[in-house]
Amino acid sequence: MSDDGIRLLGPDGKRVAHPTYSGDADPGELRALYRDMALARRLDTEGVTLQRQGELALWPSLLGQEAAQVGSVRALREGDRVFPSYREHAVALARGVDPLALFRLFRGVDHGAWDPDAHDVHLYTLVIGSQTLHATGYAHGLTKDGSDAAVIAYFGDGATSQGDVAEAFNFAAVYDAPIVFFCQNNQFAISEPNERQTRVPLHQRAQGFGFPGVRVDGNDVLAVRAVTRAALEHVRSGAGPFLIEAYTYRMGAHTTSDDPTRYRDAAEVERWRAKDPLLRLDRLLRAEHAADDAFFAEVEAEGEALAARIREGVRGMPAPRAEELFDHVYAEENSLVERERAEFAAYQAAFEEV
Amino acid sequence: MTATRMTLVAALNASLRTALADDPKTLVMGEDVGRLGGVFRVTDGLQKDFGEGRVIDTPLAESGIVGTAIGLALRGYRPVVEIQFDGFVFPAYDQIVTQLAKMHARSRGLVRLPVVVRIPYGGGIGAVEHHSESPEALFAHVAGLRVMSPSTPSDAYWMLQQAIRSDDPVIFFEPKRRYYDKGEVDTTQPAAPAHTARVVRPGADLTLAAYGPTVATCLQAAEVAAAEDGRALEVVDLRSISPIDFAAVEESVRRTGRLVVVHEAPVFFGAGAEIAAHVTERCFYRLEAPVLRVGGYHSPYPPSRLEDEYLPGLDRVLDAVERALAH
Repeated sequence: MSDDGIRLLGPDGKRVAHPTYSGDADPGELRALYRDMALARRLDTEGVTLQRQGELALWPSLLGQEAAQVGSVRALREGDRVFPSYREHAVALARGVDPLALFRLFRGVDHGAWDPDAHDVHLYTLVIGSQTLHATGYAHGLTKDGSDAAVIAYFGDGATSQGDVAEAFNFAAVYDAPIVFFCQNNQFAISEPNERQTRVPLHQRAQGFGFPGVRVDGNDVLAVRAVTRAALEHVRSGAGPFLIEAYTYRMGAHTTSDDPTRYRDAAEVERWRAKDPLLRLDRLLRAEHAADDAFFAEVEAEGEALAARIREGVRGMPAPRAEELFDHVYAEENSLVERERAEFAAYQAAFEEV
Repeated sequence: MTATRMTLVAALNASLRTALADDPKTLVMGEDVGRLGGVFRVTDGLQKDFGEGRVIDTPLAESGIVGTAIGLALRGYRPVVEIQFDGFVFPAYDQIVTQLAKMHARSRGLVRLPVVVRIPYGGGIGAVEHHSESPEALFAHVAGLRVMSPSTPSDAYWMLQQAIRSDDPVIFFEPKRRYYDKGEVDTTQPAAPAHTARVVRPGADLTLAAYGPTVATCLQAAEVAAAEDGRALEVVDLRSISPIDFAAVEESVRRTGRLVVVHEAPVFFGAGAEIAAHVTERCFYRLEAPVLRVGGYHSPYPPSRLEDEYLPGLDRVLDAVERALAH
């Protein structure tokens, strides 16, 4: 096993045998995985572009993490629940969340208010690691309900330093909660490298909490899918949680507000560029004659159409009404909010009379 | 069924029992709430009767308790969480303020989190450090949370029912030094609406506004002022700290012209400051005296041998009453 973890598909596009995990996939499945990853990358490029054009306040790029996200989300069953962090655009897209919902958050017209029940994808969570506890509670609820669904919680290497993540590991272990903790180790928490977060490889953290953890090559979509499938099977069986460390690399900046040249060297980025997740699947598809030029052209055209829809959608997003300030503070009527709503309306009305 | 005389702890226990029996989605969670029945015995016997799946002894981690309660609420449960003591809530403060309070607004109303966080609070029991604090203002300042505190066994029963039935998160502060005070509780009597204040003793000369543990102190002060000086003090039990029933306070102050607000929490940036500002804005020409506040000092809660100096006891309340009446 390389330091990058369990691998079924090498950077050269060649299959790697593994005693436990299988990368078996028919050509249609391989093409579908490629399509998911390519569309996510195109969406992501559009996010960066729109931010540079001043249309978005911020965009956290997923570039380089497509295989980790697509491989894991495509291992889920319908009814399994996803708790993302804020960079899981490929996960949301694959699950059917309207991509424009992601952009509403980063344009500042709402806080990313899609319906979590519609696609079993919870809202993005921006405070690092908090969602792992929500995911654990939800998973415990699944057990109570006698459901055979499972939960996957996404977080990053930086999040593993948070107390909430340690508490989530422990609660999940104590409750035997059906949850896969999916850590995308993209090597950096903004500027801080792994050495500033941990003294042990992250997947080894699970051992101290009493559940298994493995490292998988996060740029190998087949390995990520196989390992996540096995992990889901494990947690569904009632055996308790499972930690996956998907070893990957954030090719872009932390967000569009960041300048990664200040804290990492170009040679390192180039080393990882050679391990590009999309490129290695492209090579496999061509080597195994699972896709022809027409397929790649078709995906590219689909990506362009998606980007155009996003561009148009983002630019056309209506600004929120001022009155929305007061609309959803509480589920039930609240006298303080109603008083402030009335004061605000009176203030606004004063302008109209002039 | 007629009213039963019981302690405030027994009323809370009865209320939790009713909620667990009425709705299979109601859960009780916290440290030592199961087998032990809670360090104050509020959850006594509940695990035995409703099982470990409904009354859950959690790991000792407050952020984890509230964070997993949020997850259970997302799954359709109605968790009632116990934080063992006031000073232990802060590891959960991030989950409460950043997640619990905001989820409804950030989802534009698509996600409701009917979570109740019960916190035994306040001093006067001779406890050690971190076991006597009154942090309610820190929660009232946060939009999305409701904050209540009962002062009597009857309100303890009914307000907890209302908190559990609410689709909004509620921080429920229980006056621990009144836990073993007794009162009549009629579980068949319809409750006063949630988040309303109540005049618990009428009077024409001055309004004392309080909630939780200081309501009894104010009633005692009114008794003494009537007996010794023939003064008629009105006592308003606010019952809710967010939202505050300002209409009830205004109504009282318009009649009495004088207001003293009493709470154990530090007066600086406390509920009393908010009430004083509001009353000054709304009742300026009805006031005969400045609104005064009596409460804790801007000091960490002291060692218990000093707490009588720190807490707004009878003498400090009467002193403020005298100063307000001197105008």
